[in-house]
Amino acid sequence: MSLLTIRGLRVEYPGRKSDFTAVRDIDLTVERGEIVGLVGESGAGKSTIGSAIMGLLDLPGRITEGEILLEGERIDNLESHQMRKIRGNKISMIFQDPLTSLNPLYTIEKQLIETIQQHKGLSDKKARREAIDLLESVGIADAENRISLYPHQFSGGMRQRVVIALALCSDPDLIIADEPTTALDVSIQATILELIKKLTRERNVGVILITHDMGVIAETTSRVAVMYRSRIVETGTTDQILGAPNHEYTKSLISAVPRADVKLVRFPMVNYIESAEEEYKTIDLSTHWLGKGREDLGAAAIKDGDKLIEIENLGMDFITRHSIFPGRRQYFTAVKNVSFDIRQGEVFGLVGESGSGKSTVARIIAGLYKPSGGKVMFAGQDITSLSNHEARQAVHRQIQMIFQDPYSSLNPRMRVRDVVAEPIRHHKLASTPREAMQIVDDLLEQVGLGAEAGSKFPHEFSGGQRQRISIARALATRPTFLICDEPTSALDVSIQAQVLNLLKDLQESLNLTILFISHDLPVIRQMCDRVAVMRNGELCEISETRKLFEQPVHEHTQELMRLMPNMDHLSHEGLQIQT
Amino acid sequence: MITFVLHRLWQAIVVMAVVALLAFTMFRFVGDPVNQMVGIETTPEQREIIRESLGLNDAVIVQFWSFIKGAVQFEFGISYQWKKSVSDMIFSRLPATMELSLVSAVFSLIIAIPMGVYTGLNRNSVLSKFFLSISLIGVSLPTFLIGILLIYLFAVQLHMLPSFGRGEIVDVGGWTTGFLTVSGWKSLILPAFTLGLFQMTLIMRLVRSEMLEVLRTDYIKFARARGLPSRIVNFGHALKNTLIPVITITGLQLGSLIAFAIITETVFQWPGMGFLFVEAVRDVDIPIMSAYLLLIAFLFVTINLVVDILYFVVDPRLRVSGKE
Repeated sequence: MSLLTIRGLRVEYPGRKSDFTAVRDIDLTVERGEIVGLVGESGAGKSTIGSAIMGLLDLPGRITEGEILLEGERIDNLESHQMRKIRGNKISMIFQDPLTSLNPLYTIEKQLIETIQQHKGLSDKKARREAIDLLESVGIADAENRISLYPHQFSGGMRQRVVIALALCSDPDLIIADEPTTALDVSIQATILELIKKLTRERNVGVILITHDMGVIAETTSRVAVMYRSRIVETGTTDQILGAPNHEYTKSLISAVPRADVKLVRFPMVNYIESAEEEYKTIDLSTHWLGKGREDLGAAAIKDGDKLIEIENLGMDFITRHSIFPGRRQYFTAVKNVSFDIRQGEVFGLVGESGSGKSTVARIIAGLYKPSGGKVMFAGQDITSLSNHEARQAVHRQIQMIFQDPYSSLNPRMRVRDVVAEPIRHHKLASTPREAMQIVDDLLEQVGLGAEAGSKFPHEFSGGQRQRISIARALATRPTFLICDEPTSALDVSIQAQVLNLLKDLQESLNLTILFISHDLPVIRQMCDRVAVMRNGELCEISETRKLFEQPVHEHTQELMRLMPNMDHLSHEGLQIQT
Repeated sequence: MITFVLHRLWQAIVVMAVVALLAFTMFRFVGDPVNQMVGIETTPEQREIIRESLGLNDAVIVQFWSFIKGAVQFEFGISYQWKKSVSDMIFSRLPATMELSLVSAVFSLIIAIPMGVYTGLNRNSVLSKFFLSISLIGVSLPTFLIGILLIYLFAVQLHMLPSFGRGEIVDVGGWTTGFLTVSGWKSLILPAFTLGLFQMTLIMRLVRSEMLEVLRTDYIKFARARGLPSRIVNFGHALKNTLIPVITITGLQLGSLIAFAIITETVFQWPGMGFLFVEAVRDVDIPIMSAYLLLIAFLFVTINLVVDILYFVVDPRLRVSGKE
């Protein structure tokens, strides 16, 4: 008998006009001691299955068909107080974001002991002993002392370990891990996945691993179910799904996964998506307004391959303790002594884990921070010490930025047309309002949204479309240099492929120079010509992309390469490889 | 933490100094105090004697210094109108206002927090909607109207509660209290309810919206997923996380309760400071007004300090960043 059996599950959210079906016809089994992957894009219904098993569907969602059995007993029709005994006790859950899944106002100790006592009814002392043992088993050293700390005193990876310890409090039979490593760095991701694998083996529990990351699937699971638009389209062993997928959607999904081993001409698109992109008219950029007006760089015209940006001994300290006496101030050094050049026309990658200082460097170049040391030269001009307002404006017009979070980087109260037109108006780049509007329409066409998108508000667009709006806004000043700070890390693979292809096309046709920041090595491999690796505010290594991936020199780079999920199973079928 | 408190204390002193300056300038610019004190038949020589005795001929700095010295010792001079020591007058009225404000604050918190939690948890229940409509009345009806309605209903029609005054009061070491007698409590009910109604509805709505926010967070979902009973999740994990804004608002509101109980005190003829202040304004009794100003500023500063310290108690994240 399987640990968990789901038969014909259908979950509906009743709406005012019609019911929304979140998942339908779901059949899934999980055995003890195995990790089953549930993969698909956002909105496919993966998390709904997890919530349905837990009996924690958000109201007014409900199970309308099918059944869920735990060790042969139906659990989908239990009363809430009966379900509570199963929840946490037999089935546990691990959430995506370790920073938000622990109550910030309680110590780890209180949260653990409370949960242990709830399920096992132990005395305070025994529960504490058990809590310490649990923390040790998930790899938290010195648990005896650290148990009395608050969640914010742990790092992200450590917090996810605490979350796992909490999920293990009651010796569950089944663990549902909903994107357990999505919010974590590669190195931490690797250790957390290792921990989950080890616990699965040692405690003989079944795990459902919900993720959109094929790399995580390849590393951990033994079987996979692929979800597309509320259905499971294919189930099979991990090797079979990754190596020889049957369903068209699975095939295109797998080919869209950015690869670290080879460089492709373009990102393969998930072309199974039914409502494929509409074709918008494209503009001959060499004659269009967008293509012109790039000559006024101030200094002598920069040719391809010349240095556009030169960074010398850049340093940035943030004050962590304020005082009127300089001697008593305390600093956190985010960037120390970083030097590199970016050449005209290249895509320069900046890689590092969170906290490595890569975004700080980008913000200094963009003029958002004033560095505490060193200088940034743009086209031969030191831009960190410009005192003249006009000169600063001219430089800022040349340097534009695309941010990570497509949801918070657009003003929700402005129409898209105004969002894109704002920089044109600010820099007085168009002679008439009508010309400005024409430029905005052309820009929106160019990024694949269509001119009619201009009259809508940002919330009417998906994450990928919003990122296109951000790109249009960045292009509106006719910049020569674009800073992309993790532009696709919030997006699904298929959307990521579209946005990155768009960036590549624009880079080629407008001859842009791009600083591309990411923690995702395969994406870097596909996008960049040269790459710099950062750690703890310092530069480890700069090298040609291919060389970096094939012969990393610095030990931190080697470590990053080693920790990258192994994707050797992936089929190479139908890929255009660039040599 | 200690450095933080010291820092805040220093800020409080600065605020008090500024307010003292304001209170002092009131004396200087709102007419000649001697004119207020004496009749028209007083001769210029007599006026000069009074001026000299009040120290009005000294340099401004010297006058300000003696004003500060007096204020620190709770010495605010003599009321023009009543010819009595201002501090004695204020102190005799202080207990009435403090008791009224405290009772209404406690009453509004006790009612508002459970109501806020309930309406946050059961958004669509009939009772929640009822509470919310009632609270709308509490926010929108002016205090004096509620007071008068209550007097009409409970005092005039039903003869259950007195319509004015504090009832019998007991003097406990200089502090007059109505807490020790039945009639004292009876007299407190109507004004305390009138004064607390607005705070109650405000806090209820605040707790409700904060609860709605917190219930959406991952740690609440995770707490439920661990099988913790809803009582612990709702009143432990969720409620504690709503407290920071509630503390902020309650603190500020407590200040306003004390400072601006004027209308309620007038409607119920409550012998408190607000009542005294209204009379002082009518009679241009500047020593009382400036003393009142300083007292209220002092209250607000103290309450804010307490609120800041409470943040530390509630939220451990602040504690650590303060230590480092």
